[in-house]
Amino acid sequence: MSDDGSDRSPSESSTDSGAPTDGAPGTESADRMDRARGALDGLRDRTATFDALLILGAMIGLYGLFAIIGTVLGYPLNGVVALVREVTFFTAVYALVVLALNLHWGYAGLFNIGVAGFMAVGAYAFGILAGAPTGSPPGLGLPIAVAVPGAMLAAALVGLVAALPALRLKADYLAIVTIAIAEIIRLALASRVLKPVTGGGGGFGNFPKNPVRGIFYAGSGTDRTAVGAAVLDAAEGVGVTNPEVVIDLAYTLLVVGIVALTYVLLVRIGNSPFGRVLKAIREDELVAESLGKDTRVFKIKAFMVGCALMGLAGIAWQVYGLGGGNVNPTNNFLPQLTFYIFIALIIGGAGSNTGSVLGGAMFAGLLFLLPNYVPRVVEQFVTITARPNTFIDAVAPLASLEVMPFLGYALGNIDQLRFVFVGALLVYLVQRRPEGLLGHRKETASTIDLSERGRPGDRRGTERGRPAADGGAGAGGGEPDE
Amino acid sequence: MSDSNPEDGSGVDGTVGEPVEADLPEDVETPEVVEPEADDSEIEEAAKSVPRGLPLRVQNLHKEFGGITAVDGASFSVEEGSLTGLIGPNGAGKSTTFNCIAGVHNPTSGHVYFRGEDITDLPPHRVADRGLVRTFQIARELPEMTVLENMMLAPRGQTGEGLAHAVAPGLRSGVVAEEEELRERAWETLEFFEIDHLAGEFAGSLSGGQRKLLEMARVLMTDPEMVLLDEPLAGVNPTLERKLLDRIHDLREDGLTFLLVEHDMDVIMNNCEHIIVMHQGRVLAEGDAEAIRSNDRVIDAYLGENI
Repeated sequence: MSDDGSDRSPSESSTDSGAPTDGAPGTESADRMDRARGALDGLRDRTATFDALLILGAMIGLYGLFAIIGTVLGYPLNGVVALVREVTFFTAVYALVVLALNLHWGYAGLFNIGVAGFMAVGAYAFGILAGAPTGSPPGLGLPIAVAVPGAMLAAALVGLVAALPALRLKADYLAIVTIAIAEIIRLALASRVLKPVTGGGGGFGNFPKNPVRGIFYAGSGTDRTAVGAAVLDAAEGVGVTNPEVVIDLAYTLLVVGIVALTYVLLVRIGNSPFGRVLKAIREDELVAESLGKDTRVFKIKAFMVGCALMGLAGIAWQVYGLGGGNVNPTNNFLPQLTFYIFIALIIGGAGSNTGSVLGGAMFAGLLFLLPNYVPRVVEQFVTITARPNTFIDAVAPLASLEVMPFLGYALGNIDQLRFVFVGALLVYLVQRRPEGLLGHRKETASTIDLSERGRPGDRRGTERGRPAADGGAGAGGGEPDE
Repeated sequence: MSDSNPEDGSGVDGTVGEPVEADLPEDVETPEVVEPEADDSEIEEAAKSVPRGLPLRVQNLHKEFGGITAVDGASFSVEEGSLTGLIGPNGAGKSTTFNCIAGVHNPTSGHVYFRGEDITDLPPHRVADRGLVRTFQIARELPEMTVLENMMLAPRGQTGEGLAHAVAPGLRSGVVAEEEELRERAWETLEFFEIDHLAGEFAGSLSGGQRKLLEMARVLMTDPEMVLLDEPLAGVNPTLERKLLDRIHDLREDGLTFLLVEHDMDVIMNNCEHIIVMHQGRVLAEGDAEAIRSNDRVIDAYLGENI
């Protein structure tokens, strides 16, 4: 088509005024395309704006809640800022892993229950690549900019190894293989045999220092850089006197940036023919195959991308996020981490990237962090008079309407009771709201809005397209359009 | 197959490549090709003037499941641009044959050729990639995808199915242009099947008949060269049956080739210009409706008699 156009272009451009010769004939149709695309983008943008507002609203809600907690507990400004940062950080890291898992499970229906294992591969590979050669255990001393992609690649390759045999079989086998591989990884990392490389059960601590710290402090000392001095002074000016809070906040913002990029990446993957095939595999793999899609290739690609992101999350979360500078197979990568992430995904709604972020925020804020503060907040208002040690001692007084022992017991053991609550919530969600917080959403997997017929001038099409775009869910009656 | 007396195959329609009667040593009145009646004369004319190819050839197909032989040396061909029916009583091996062609089963022995290429051991997606696309007996829509998504999934060789094209900003614009074209085709195809008012619905919310239509429409979106229809009319009401058949005839007139697997005798007799009857894993008879109708062995097979 463009060839036809360029043939005619000399004659046309002689009459045209200022248009560049070779672009002239194509421009008109390109313009029309752009206009059509602009209209479509408008529609798209509306849902994108809605999603952004949704996430923003959730975060404001969480911030409000934790600001109140901080105030009730009488935190100074430092403490309140640190609390808000903590919420933001855990929301971000949960969102990152949940997004990756959503690509596996939400899109392609790949039941990966070895998330913690792939995070461990990312964290350890990063440490081995970037650690100082003189440290213990020694690393290769590569720059962080090389080590992070390298670690992601390592996680992706471990994912490939797990996926190749399992994807030949039915979906359940992938679940078995992934949980097994995650445990194998965890136990191997802790084993004495690999101690010279991984640090064994004591963990790996030879990570380069957090690059964000380098923005504020020169070298390893306490000399502030120009940027560091300016920012820290400004922070002190508004009352945040603890420089660690500021540095943590800066790092958290970096992680939020990574999550934003990941979100964009995954939305692009989801809203494309590639994502469409993934969805089809989730729905009915034989159909995808019978339409000529090599489903194994799609599954492997999606699995590797997701694993790479989990590896990245392993670095951002377990290595630099928790402040210890040390990762340990038995502290950082237990199977329960995987289940937390699954619950967060189920809360948000598998299959939706926005839902993934929202689920990450809700889980991190309300189920992961909130219980840590509940006992202290309650004790601000209620004086706990009894703290029984056993469940029987806690429950028995309920018969005589004495609530205090039970309350004391519950608050004292909230860490353990959280598991009970999370389990109950999971049962409830799967029973009552399997589609997650956002409900049954139509996130069409395509680069364009399908309900809108693209050709400008096709009035019939646009008329027909619009109602479907606005109220598609209610159009089940099948109103006759002609 | 060892007995390959050419005399046995003499009565078979000359345009069919394989002497199928070779399987049956006893010559029990091979089906005569009766001169077509008025309604089929056009097709016959076309066949005479332009010798039509045989895009699909099945040669001596065997398929065993454990000790059970489901297909026992079936051989037949499908003519270019024809609506060929594959029929037989329950357990005749139709579905197994169908699945062997589509690549779902690997036959124990024998060959399937599509456009001269041996596709016997190709997996389903490679068979479909060559333009030989199937439908399913029970319509398999992708329930959590909209009707349009179902449609847009189907086209073969979409560049946006590559991960890089899906993500990279420079490459993605090409994908957008391609998608706009496909979307137009998807809408047109939905209109053709009169389900365009359902375009935005989840496919899972469609009625059984609408799913059948969607399945046909989706197959059409692959721009197939030949379509394998697995009982497209099973469980379909008469109105919809008429509609589906009309669409199939429309498409065949546009040059599309169909192999239709059915166990409803009437549907096949009234619609297919060439009919292959299977029984006990073999091809029992071939020919047009008249020839099949008057074939004693077919009648016996359908009455449950052993021959």
